[in-house]
Amino acid sequence: MDHFPTNWGRPKYDSFDTHATYPIHNRGHAQSAASNGAVQHTHFSHSKSALRQPIVTGTSVLAIKYKDGIMMAADNLASYGSLARFKGVQRLHPVGDYTVVGASGDMSDFQYLQHILDGLVISEEANLQDGHTLGPAEIHEYLSQVMYQRRTKMDPLWNSLLVGGVKDGKRFLAFVDLLGVTYSASTLATGYGAYIAQPLLRKAVEGREDTLTEHEARTILEDALRVLFYRDARSINQYQIATITANGADISGSLKLETAWGFAEGIRGYGAQTQ
Amino acid sequence: MPDMSAIANPQQRQFNPYAENGGTILAVAGADFTVIAGDTRQSEGYSIQTRYASKVFRLTDRAVLAVNGFAADGNMFVKKVKQRLEWYRHNHAKDMPLRSIARLIQTMLYAQRFFPYYVYNILGGIEEDGTGAVYSFDPVGSYEREACRAAGAAQSLLQPFLDNQIYFKNQTAARGYSHPAHLPLPDVLSIVIDSFTSATERHIEVGDGLEMYIVMAKGQTLPDAVTNLLPEELPSTGDGERVFVLKRDLKKD
Repeated sequence: MDHFPTNWGRPKYDSFDTHATYPIHNRGHAQSAASNGAVQHTHFSHSKSALRQPIVTGTSVLAIKYKDGIMMAADNLASYGSLARFKGVQRLHPVGDYTVVGASGDMSDFQYLQHILDGLVISEEANLQDGHTLGPAEIHEYLSQVMYQRRTKMDPLWNSLLVGGVKDGKRFLAFVDLLGVTYSASTLATGYGAYIAQPLLRKAVEGREDTLTEHEARTILEDALRVLFYRDARSINQYQIATITANGADISGSLKLETAWGFAEGIRGYGAQTQ
Repeated sequence: MPDMSAIANPQQRQFNPYAENGGTILAVAGADFTVIAGDTRQSEGYSIQTRYASKVFRLTDRAVLAVNGFAADGNMFVKKVKQRLEWYRHNHAKDMPLRSIARLIQTMLYAQRFFPYYVYNILGGIEEDGTGAVYSFDPVGSYEREACRAAGAAQSLLQPFLDNQIYFKNQTAARGYSHPAHLPLPDVLSIVIDSFTSATERHIEVGDGLEMYIVMAKGQTLPDAVTNLLPEELPSTGDGERVFVLKRDLKKD
């Protein structure tokens, strides 16, 4: 059996991904290589760097600024190609007392980053006890340096990350990706969310960062998640929301998106057809 | 017929360590001042990542650096230049002169000759002799001192305009008159602002905001026409050169 899901259901000559399925599996060409008597060139024989690719992936993460702080959202799915492989994954990770990191992209790289960040909090806060604590700005700077160093080694950590938090009365929200590219804005979205959710978030949030209530912010994110669930084939209708305020970080349990498919009944091509 | 070249030459999708983050930078040197400007849009492809990301950074009381290209490399490069300047300050108890910063930047860029910082740098400020100066660099360190330079996404739109308006290329002075060697600050600021509004109209990667740094030589004050624009003065360490920042909105579409 072919264990690489991006090969499933495809004609054999389709070695490139016309529909930009993500992640993209590089089909091996072991057959032709073997018949030429050339060195066997299997998927696992390559060096670790340069050819790595995301395997088990999370899709969009969304985040906005609102009156009391930062609100972030991500669904609970980790996909294996087009297979909805793990449906109960938490992609929002608290770091220290003031910060939440949300990850899309490769989930094993994200787990590695969680390990690094937890270690950082232990060495910088629990061990030192010097009265200094890590805020979201420090966590983001650290993460961006890690991501940039790994891209420079040509061995990137295949993630897009959002870092949100509140410390000393200041809200912080920033992005970093596998290249080490960083930026900050009052609304951020990774992956497909950058195309589908970001315009909705900007329209709802820009200029209202200081007046949006927690309830309004939550509604904005849920609406955006719903649109993503309707259109992003790698998403799921279970999600978590993180709120970071002056009182600290709170990550909700797994919630269910309310969806409505009634409109589809009358449309040919959606529901059951009677010719 | 499917595209057979994909089978004939199996291609491994290789990790690309670079991105192009758009935007444009620009600097003009006057007789006793320099203006260094950049827009604040950061983009990748057709997506605007943020409407406010600075590309222009003050290094010392008399040096300002604008970086454009791959944003991650740009930020890392500025960080390392600032660190080298801090070490210099601790070793020599003074700020590094502008021409020395220029040579430092060329050395730092060429050190990465075989894995370059994908960044176009423009350094502006005041030389030790009190004149305004602009140094422009390519990603691997080739550099020269100039009177004006545009770089980045809209370089091809702006540089010909500057050649005409700053260097008076293709302009013939009226009989008995000659072109000025240096323009006054209000004229330069007008040209810079018009350059960016025009680039915003015609280039999708330019827009959102404009940051203009003005470095004034020792003893020089801002003309009234510029003071009226309400520039913010940045704190300086002595009574020498002074640095001002002027911000303007650009169209966000």
